[in-house]
Amino acid sequence: MKAYLSDRMGAALLMAPLLLFLGAAYAWPFFGVVNWSFTLPEPGLGQYGTLLSDPLVQSVFVRTLRIAAIVTIVSVAAAYAITVVWVRGTPAQRVVAEFCILVPFWISVLTRAFGWVALLSNRGLFNTWLQAIGFISEPLTLVRNEFGVIVGMTHFLIPFAVFPLASSMRSLDDRVLLAARGLGSSRMRTFWSVFVPMTRSGIIGSALIVFVFSLGFFVTPAILGGGRSVMVAELIYLRIFQSPDWGLGAAISVVLVLFVGALMALVFRYVRPRQLI
Amino acid sequence: MPTYRPGPVSLILAALVALFLLLPLLAVIPVSLTPTRMLAMPSGELSLRHYRALIEDPRWINSILLSIRIGVFSSAFSTVLALCFSLGVWMFQPRFTAALVGFVLLPMVVPPVVSAITLYFLLTSISGVSSFFGYDTWLGVAMAHAVMTVPFATVLILVSLSQLDRRIDLAARGLGATVWERATRIIMPNIKFGIVTAALLSFVLSWEEIGVTLFITSVNAITLPRLMWMGLRDNIDPAIAALSVILIIITVLVLAARSLVVRLRRAQ
Repeated sequence: MKAYLSDRMGAALLMAPLLLFLGAAYAWPFFGVVNWSFTLPEPGLGQYGTLLSDPLVQSVFVRTLRIAAIVTIVSVAAAYAITVVWVRGTPAQRVVAEFCILVPFWISVLTRAFGWVALLSNRGLFNTWLQAIGFISEPLTLVRNEFGVIVGMTHFLIPFAVFPLASSMRSLDDRVLLAARGLGSSRMRTFWSVFVPMTRSGIIGSALIVFVFSLGFFVTPAILGGGRSVMVAELIYLRIFQSPDWGLGAAISVVLVLFVGALMALVFRYVRPRQLI
Repeated sequence: MPTYRPGPVSLILAALVALFLLLPLLAVIPVSLTPTRMLAMPSGELSLRHYRALIEDPRWINSILLSIRIGVFSSAFSTVLALCFSLGVWMFQPRFTAALVGFVLLPMVVPPVVSAITLYFLLTSISGVSSFFGYDTWLGVAMAHAVMTVPFATVLILVSLSQLDRRIDLAARGLGATVWERATRIIMPNIKFGIVTAALLSFVLSWEEIGVTLFITSVNAITLPRLMWMGLRDNIDPAIAALSVILIIITVLVLAARSLVVRLRRAQ
């Protein structure tokens, strides 16, 4: 009995500091934000009414969903292509693929967004080069619009899409693929009817990660969108700092959390979390 | 034994993706050498003036020092909290473990912008009480970064604990070791690699953090990413290109060193 009690005490003493810290520094202020959404500028559901009726807010939500969907499809497809080589290539191919995945992964989001500005802006590498060879006379507008946002976000999210795909490709049994080839199936057919279906859980996992990330993404859209292609996260920032309407910013945050939570619950009903990572 | 290797189509597609991933990192190199004050490709003449600006302009040095201070502080704080929590989970396997771990992982799962507005609420509330600790102070930023990095530290430490053989802890316990002795002399030496990795990752995440930092700083606590952000939003400052080149080189060197260490370990 005494040992049992001291075990309970030990667990409580060790786990308490972090739980208290996050309770005070994360859970409590989150409820403060929820409270803002119902009380600022006046008590009631007014801000949620605005969310449903304001065409600006709605256009931002629609744009966010559209960009997130495009970015998810492109990132997962691109990640799939490079992960195949990272996991299944020859040792030399693996080293190169790993380098190309991990270097961007560890480099700050700001540096990577800046790299795209340097490439795509009016006086950037692409436009300078295209003008020099006489292909175009006026610079193309490649940033400060939705195109730039999609390119930058895809670039940021590919490495995150790689990891779930890699773990599902690693756990795949080689002999099944060799059997398919041995039975006369072509490379293409083996890939599409054996390899891809067997990595389904990895595809779902990486699509979920990319989609959830894109919904709340702030830095890349703010830099590459140049204020012209505002997504939900930037709208929250603007409502807090530029045209202060804290209640609306808080209400959008609450809706965003509920949406992401519902999405994850939906996916986890069909796929066990263990299979994803 | 034959293995299933990617064919030529796969290799070409993967090469295109690799090019896409490296292109923006390579693009900053020519920009960093431009002799003009604005963002442009150098035409003919190259210059190191933007690299010199990094050393000469005190703003860059100050923000680098501030970022290091915040990173060290928040990483130490989040690693210690994560370590204690994970030891509690592993040694005592209390009820509701899954729910408690889920709660700790929330800042990693919740969209960062929502964490940012949450921490903004927290620090502005504290600012009403203390001017030393709250909105736009380095301690406030360090604490906010600790909130954001602690889930990552916890995951890494829990993963390394899950690979540890429970029987060595049971043996120590059977021989009469106290909880403190088991934690410090049996368990921690066996997961030191995981603890060090957790501390390093926490530092790197804090060093790069911008999404939350933007919401909780204005003029005093200007971390390096915050300063880069200011230079990116207004008139694009080519000094950012010079800084980016340096950061990319450091990243490449660290990754190369790491893969070398891993290879040497395997060879042994």
